[in-house]
Amino acid sequence: MSEDQGSVAAARQRWEKDVLAPAVDKGLRPATIAPAGWRAQEGAAPLLHTPREDDGCGYLEQLGFPGEYPYTRGIQPTMYPGRLWTMRQYAGFGSAEETHERFRYLLDRGQGGLLVAFDLPTQLGLDSDDPDARGEVGVVGVAVDSLQDMETIFHGLPLEQASPSLTMNGAAAVALALYVATAEKEGLPLERISGTTQNDILKEYLARGAYIYPPRPALRLCIDVIEYCTRHLPRWNFMNVCGYHMREAGATRVQEVAFALANAITYIEACLARGLDIDDFARRIAFNFTASAEIFPEAAKFRAARRLWAKLLRERFGARNPASWMWRTGAGSAGSTLTAQQPENNIVRVALQNLAAVLGGVQSFHAAAYDEALALPSEHSALLALRTQQVLAYESGVGDVIDPLGGSYYVEALTDEIEREVGAQIARIEAEGGMLRAIEDGRAQGEIARSAYAQQRQIENGEQVVVGVNRFQDGTAPDISLHRPSAAMVDAQIARLQRLRRERDNGRVALALGRLTAEAHGNGNLMYPLLEAAKAYATLGEMCGAMASVFGKHQAHAGVLP
Amino acid sequence: MSRPLRVLVAKPGLDGHDRGALVLAQALRDDGMEVIYTGLRVSPRRIAGAAVQEDVDLVCVSILSGAHNVVFEDLFTALAEAGGEDIPVLAGGVIPNADFAHLRALGVREIFTPGSALADICACIHRVVGR
Repeated sequence: MSEDQGSVAAARQRWEKDVLAPAVDKGLRPATIAPAGWRAQEGAAPLLHTPREDDGCGYLEQLGFPGEYPYTRGIQPTMYPGRLWTMRQYAGFGSAEETHERFRYLLDRGQGGLLVAFDLPTQLGLDSDDPDARGEVGVVGVAVDSLQDMETIFHGLPLEQASPSLTMNGAAAVALALYVATAEKEGLPLERISGTTQNDILKEYLARGAYIYPPRPALRLCIDVIEYCTRHLPRWNFMNVCGYHMREAGATRVQEVAFALANAITYIEACLARGLDIDDFARRIAFNFTASAEIFPEAAKFRAARRLWAKLLRERFGARNPASWMWRTGAGSAGSTLTAQQPENNIVRVALQNLAAVLGGVQSFHAAAYDEALALPSEHSALLALRTQQVLAYESGVGDVIDPLGGSYYVEALTDEIEREVGAQIARIEAEGGMLRAIEDGRAQGEIARSAYAQQRQIENGEQVVVGVNRFQDGTAPDISLHRPSAAMVDAQIARLQRLRRERDNGRVALALGRLTAEAHGNGNLMYPLLEAAKAYATLGEMCGAMASVFGKHQAHAGVLP
Repeated sequence: MSRPLRVLVAKPGLDGHDRGALVLAQALRDDGMEVIYTGLRVSPRRIAGAAVQEDVDLVCVSILSGAHNVVFEDLFTALAEAGGEDIPVLAGGVIPNADFAHLRALGVREIFTPGSALADICACIHRVVGR
């Protein structure tokens, strides 16, 4: 970025020739207003608008060009004119057999990247017949007790196309071991296994609560996954760092970015301490953020996060591969802003959230169904969520140019402000001993809880308007309905699990669990003994229990409120 | 002057969504009550034990996992066993109208679903405890 001030036009010419043209040659969407046959030497490409000269705001340093450091305007040279954002859809859940059927249906229709939602006992490392699992088996996702269930879900499916996303954190290492063991049995070599694990354990202590072990051993497991994938699974996306859940728990926009980036810094430093090279793993860290209906601040948030990440990775961590500098993120509807009152209003909110995320240049968006605050989405409401994205993508034209808000006085000021405030928060967290310490002594959780309370008071005193809730009410009370799995399904799951425990080679299981326990006492990577235990058909509860016998279980937050 | 109201805010079930519980706890504290929060994933037995041991005037139970029917059945059994059958219990969370009658029959005094105002919950607590 050596161009002098005032030479934006020259810099743009270089970008068009060296960066844009090769990307355009790979194709643009037909709908894009870039005229067919446009070539770099013919003049400014209409899919990006830039100032003619630097107006003293540091255009080249602060904004630059899409696909180039610091990526404020997007991580790809052509962004949506080249390829639209990925439209993620609600995936459904049920038993392992039902999940298998659903996945076969989706794969037959060309959809990959399948989302696997696990029920809470599975997320917490409990078998389906654990007393603590009563009433929770199969409620919010599929129950996976052992390799047997993972095989039922994936047997006979084209796994490379399926590329499943395993939404697991506390037991992410166990889920990955079960999936790798399944894929190997299906004949897929390690280097072709693709998919995603969320594996973002720190946000569980901050917001979502699905932790098992205390933070330090949990962080070790999380880094074990990254190290294993870096060495053996080149196509596995081993981490999705989530700001989403913190914002849902009440964090402000700035806290969402600051805590997520501070968590990511903690993971990076732990990886570096293991001896991994920054450029061997950083490019596979992706993010998952929320999008509320506040269009401009939300769009600015994504732009600021990209710039912060690029600077962080290049300047602080010394990454040399540009792929390591790129902040890739998915976004989802801010569920906590959707209301049970007058639920149709949520259709409009989701459209605005979608617009905000797209103006922010996200890689994917998950649109919530309008009735999610009330019930499991119906086929109708799930389809309407997809249609919302399609109207935005194909009718509004919002994706036909790159970063249309770039250069707006308002949005650039917001972007700078968020970047500055997030930077200050991260600096404060680090000065106070880092994110792990802030989590262990509950300070960070307290900050989020205070933000949530402040927001609730603003809603109750009318400072913040929520249509249909504190203004423009119609007096009707919402009626919530819940998904409940059939008792027969739960009984069948438990019967299958108990039969497995009787019929498997229990000597082999005991040996594998013994090795897992021994390794947990040491410093070795636990993915290897987990794989061995998974292949021996040890249950998820047994594997997590073996580690808990060494690590203990985490219990936080209890006590008298000050 | 009487001692301040003591309230146990409890979070049973496996879900970790405690935004509502933590916001409520702060609101009750600002209302002048003494608040004890159990933390996440606490069994009905431990909730009942804490309620009796801490000599609370009322228990607020927040649950979003959908397991509320099972949880409240166990909680009232545990309260009776621990000698806390007179401690009033309020419920909050994602609870369908269809389950209201069952929960009330078990002994839940009032049920608050998403969108409820903190002031209404505070007022309800004062009304139920009688001061």
